[in-house]
Amino acid sequence: MRRLFETHRIEMRLATVLLILVVFLSLATDTFMTLGNVTSLLNNNAVNLIWAVGLLVVLIAGGIDISFAVAASVVQYLAAQVLGGMGGGNWAMGLVVAGALGIMLGCINAALIHGFRVVSIVITIATFNVFFGLLMYFTRGRNIYDLPEWWVDRIFIFEHQSADGVWSELTLSVAVMVVCVLATAFLIRATTLGRQLYAFGDNPEGARRAGVNIWVMQLVAYGWCGMMAGIGGLMQVNIAKEIVPNALYGRELEVLAAVVLGGARLGGGKGTVIGAILGVMFVAVTQNGLNLLGVSPFAFQMIIGATILVAISSSNLSFDWRRRQATGAGAGAGAVP
Amino acid sequence: MSIKRRIDAALGAETLPLLGFLIFVVIVFSIATPLFLTERNFGSMAFQMPVLGLLTLAMMVPILSGGLNLAIIYTANLSGLALASVLIAFGGPEAGPGAMILGSLAALAVGAASGAVMGAVVAYIGAHPILVSLAMMIFLRGLGEFLTRGGDISGFPDYMNTLGQGMVSGIPVPLLVFGVVAVIWHVMLSRTRHGFSVYMVGSNIEAAEYSGLHTKRTLTLIYTISGMLCAVAGILMAARFNSVRVGHGEALLLVTVLACFLGGVDPFGGFGRVLPVVIALIILQVLSSGLNLIGANQHLSTAVWGLFLIGVMTLRWVGAEWQTRKKGGV
Repeated sequence: MRRLFETHRIEMRLATVLLILVVFLSLATDTFMTLGNVTSLLNNNAVNLIWAVGLLVVLIAGGIDISFAVAASVVQYLAAQVLGGMGGGNWAMGLVVAGALGIMLGCINAALIHGFRVVSIVITIATFNVFFGLLMYFTRGRNIYDLPEWWVDRIFIFEHQSADGVWSELTLSVAVMVVCVLATAFLIRATTLGRQLYAFGDNPEGARRAGVNIWVMQLVAYGWCGMMAGIGGLMQVNIAKEIVPNALYGRELEVLAAVVLGGARLGGGKGTVIGAILGVMFVAVTQNGLNLLGVSPFAFQMIIGATILVAISSSNLSFDWRRRQATGAGAGAGAVP
Repeated sequence: MSIKRRIDAALGAETLPLLGFLIFVVIVFSIATPLFLTERNFGSMAFQMPVLGLLTLAMMVPILSGGLNLAIIYTANLSGLALASVLIAFGGPEAGPGAMILGSLAALAVGAASGAVMGAVVAYIGAHPILVSLAMMIFLRGLGEFLTRGGDISGFPDYMNTLGQGMVSGIPVPLLVFGVVAVIWHVMLSRTRHGFSVYMVGSNIEAAEYSGLHTKRTLTLIYTISGMLCAVAGILMAARFNSVRVGHGEALLLVTVLACFLGGVDPFGGFGRVLPVVIALIILQVLSSGLNLIGANQHLSTAVWGLFLIGVMTLRWVGAEWQTRKKGGV
């Protein structure tokens, strides 16, 4: 236990704060610790969690991806076209198509970053503009309502009716989220590829000299993030029951804030799946708690922003970004004048 | 060659290629549509560019120091809100110039305060600027939504119009403001002690620290000044749209980063000049206005901006490869 505190300080601290928050909300409201509320928290944050673990892999590999949320929108549109062309499809085909399209978009990022030795933030801001601009141009900003039935039908993996007749249920997106989280945890903890991602993120040049194929690293990191973006996009349609081209615009920064709050280091080499989950849930529980406490919805964002700001300021989290940037510049930015 | 070198040294190596590209784009659009080389088009470009320009300069200095300021848009919005509330308090359309001055000072104070908080957290706690400014962005957006309930605030005195739409001897006032700020920024970065510190902090903060620079104060000042420039942009936005709404100009956030990178600012900090960034801004504006005139919409320009950045990065890579090969004697 003590060792856990030493190796995962940020995660443990966040877990403690989250626990205090949960205990406080359970005592302060009689609605927080109910099955209905907990399941709706999970349902509402499944997509964010899927994206969070995808982004986590990129952050561990020392990159950043600004484009994943709009990439998810692009995947939604393309998947609707492809599946429509295949005569409707089903969940299995949907997951394969969305995952594959996501990987494709992620690999575009990886190819540009690796091919021209440009830092990831430059490329992903460029592809963010390209993806979003082209999406809005070709769709003319129109929504799609006409979707295959399987895609918009609610599927419950868990249902329960409490004594007072209130239904609580978990949707399919939660199951998909659990699979995505476990797969990511397996990738970064149990495979050689995962260990190489940490090494590459911590010291790209060192990893290269130790024989790590950095081209493969970039493909895995951005491909994985793209796949999660695509799958998250697929599930988001299932929840929203329509495709809105600019619905996900701006979500990338919220997910990024949550993941970094959970201990993933901007600059690479550090970050855990548990931390990413804690980061997303911390923001989600704060918002949920404010709602249950009857705070005006207009104040939610303000309080969440302030909470994150205080969370950063009150802990001496040493992100060490200044030292990181020196090594990062040497290894990653050959083309920068 | 020596003239080229002298220009490169004085204004930055990015200046000449970007200028060449600007001329190329202008020629292409002039051939493509007769509407491009008209006074009307230049007029509309001159009114559209300054807000993006000011926000880009506000983004530029934090990037030069190795950071990023993602809160610029909402800092500008909240500063505009401060100005608006002072004007409303003094009678809205009847508010006198004194109220305008007071409101502008309030706007600048709001901008400076939000910047100073970010700068202090970045400098003294050592948190990553992306995270700090992201949290500040979420906070300011929330604060703005809380104060305005998502609505517009309008009803400003007539002279605000002059600031937003007026001309002084043929030059649009917003462009004039942008020009003055750009010159000040150039001088600040190339001639002052603070500017020198910015480059040093961006290149190697530890070396700067050991050389006796007060790096923490420099960082705090960088974000404070950035916040104040956002306030200027916010005032201009309020004047141009004759209203203040939280979320106005939201889409410009990542465009400002894009413009900085186009202008050759090093994403890791330490290198970058004002003039190439200004030229990059003009190119972005020409691309967007030109595409608009030949019938494409704003979204296609967004995509073209992104493709343009990728293209520039590719060319820089090719150029660097060519240079190393030449030096290697292959």
